Amino acid sequence: MSRAPVVERVPSTAERLLAPVILGVVVIVLWQLLAGSGLIEAYLLPSPAAIGAEIAAFLPSMASAAGLTGLNALIGLLAGTIVGIVAALVASAARIIDGMLAPIVAALAVVPIVALAPVLNTAFGADAQTGRQLIAALAAFVPVFINTARGLRQTRPVHRDLMRAYAATPWQVMRTITLRTAAPFTFTGIRLASSLAVISALVAEYFGGPRGGLGGLISTSAASSAYPRAWAYVVAAIVLGLAFYLVALAIERAVSRRG
Amino acid sequence: MIPTSTSTPPSAATAVSARGVDKTFSTKQGEVVALSGIDLDVAPGEFVSLIGPSGCGKSTLLRLIADLDSPSAGTVEVFGTSAHQARIDQRYGIAFQQAGLLPWRTVAGNIALPLELHGMAPAERTARVDELVALVGLGDFAQKFPDQLSGGMQQRVAIARALAEKPALLLMDEPFGALDEMTREYMQTELLRIAAETGAAVVFVTHSIPEAVYLSDRVVVMSPRPGRIADIVPMRLGRAADRADDLREDGAFFEMITAVREALHGAPVTGPRGVETR
Ligand SMILES: Nc1ncnc2c1ncn2[C@@H]1O[C@H](COP(=O)(O)OP(=O)(O)OP(=O)(O)O)[C@@H](O)[C@H]1O
Ligand SMILES: [Mg+2]
Repeated sequence: MSRAPVVERVPSTAERLLAPVILGVVVIVLWQLLAGSGLIEAYLLPSPAAIGAEIAAFLPSMASAAGLTGLNALIGLLAGTIVGIVAALVASAARIIDGMLAPIVAALAVVPIVALAPVLNTAFGADAQTGRQLIAALAAFVPVFINTARGLRQTRPVHRDLMRAYAATPWQVMRTITLRTAAPFTFTGIRLASSLAVISALVAEYFGGPRGGLGGLISTSAASSAYPRAWAYVVAAIVLGLAFYLVALAIERAVSRRG
Repeated sequence: MIPTSTSTPPSAATAVSARGVDKTFSTKQGEVVALSGIDLDVAPGEFVSLIGPSGCGKSTLLRLIADLDSPSAGTVEVFGTSAHQARIDQRYGIAFQQAGLLPWRTVAGNIALPLELHGMAPAERTARVDELVALVGLGDFAQKFPDQLSGGMQQRVAIARALAEKPALLLMDEPFGALDEMTREYMQTELLRIAAETGAAVVFVTHSIPEAVYLSDRVVVMSPRPGRIADIVPMRLGRAADRADDLREDGAFFEMITAVREALHGAPVTGPRGVETR
């Protein structure tokens, strides 16, 4: 113990945000100078001002595109989460099923799931969003399943002893100990899944299917050499991905504060 | 050793009755004999302490009584039924060596756990939890979470939880280990009062000789490898229930401390062929 009382100061939110904001501003200013200097061709790297102008001009269309892609990602995330949790519960209840599911999930985890996009798009028809939602769901399923399955094995021996001492029923043990212990793990899985769902839903649009989503607009803008507009949609995609991530992170924080 | 019809039959008149109990754990390194040839009776309302060096099987014996493990040989009966039946019938309350609180529940929520699981009505439950929180001196902390408490306070929550259903048998594994000396003495006196009030028998594991002497009607001295009962020392200090803090300065108290210490040091420490002092 040091003699002088040292009070640990927790930096405020404003202080923690200051550094990255300054960095961001510096990067954008340098970028603008670089793009304006004519050293780099405009189609390679449009200037922030040009991208900003596109964002301002296309804001309503960007919002509706983000809404469409976001809805696909959300449906996929919810479906993947539900299936992932149920599958993990089933696997934890029966060793045989665990043995059957584990290799399938391991295979899913290494397959680039968006590679399935052309196949699924064709399978569900050119004007359905189903293929994209399914791809987002598959991508979300993997981390939710793996983390939940892990969480379900984390109950502490002293808690199991306690429940046994209380002659608790299996359902009571599940409710009071097992699920509650697993919850923070599941929400970590959902946080990881949230970004994957957005990326998958977006990239799936590159492979045809109905227009109107961010991914589709990025690829058509680029194809028609409207580079600043393509970049503007990329910015919208980043915002969408961040929004998913931050919401999932907030929920995870709230759930795992204790435990 | 298997109980024969000639040995005293365990009856409802004994709170705990262990006969010829062995416990062997199989580990990767081979067999570990944790307990060997344990015979022990605890009468209703009696306070019995288990004392002995680390690893001599105190926690293991407590777990056998609680039916959290089963003996490799011999029988354990609790209030005349099998340990298993006694657990199903909720005849005991238990406090582990680790507090084992649920980190996502408040102090009140943790104490309420057994009451909730066994279906006590909410109004009754709240009243009982309030009583227990006050009993362990945590009135101001009822809505705090375990990670906001000191180790000693967590241990007191675990004790309150063990007492929640007024069990006729209390099993406690070094419950006061994490407490400061003042709180420890206060809790010891409280425990004696509670045990007397509820008429509960207590099996109490401790490493502290003065604590064992102050609390107990009898002190069971154990020796390690394999875990055996080396000696059982009766405390000639009057009824445990009538004891108060001034006993700690009494000559008889120090005599008993010496008796337990001698029993501990006389206990075989080198192996199964040690001296039998019984
Ligand atoms: N589950 C287990 N598997 C294998 N060995 C075990 C197990 N539980 C206990 N043991 C062994 O049994 C012996 C007795 O352990 P126990 O925990 O009962 O000792 P203790 O007297 O409570 O010690 P302490 O005072 O340190 O708490 C030890 O040698 C221990 O290694
Ligand atoms: Mg122990």
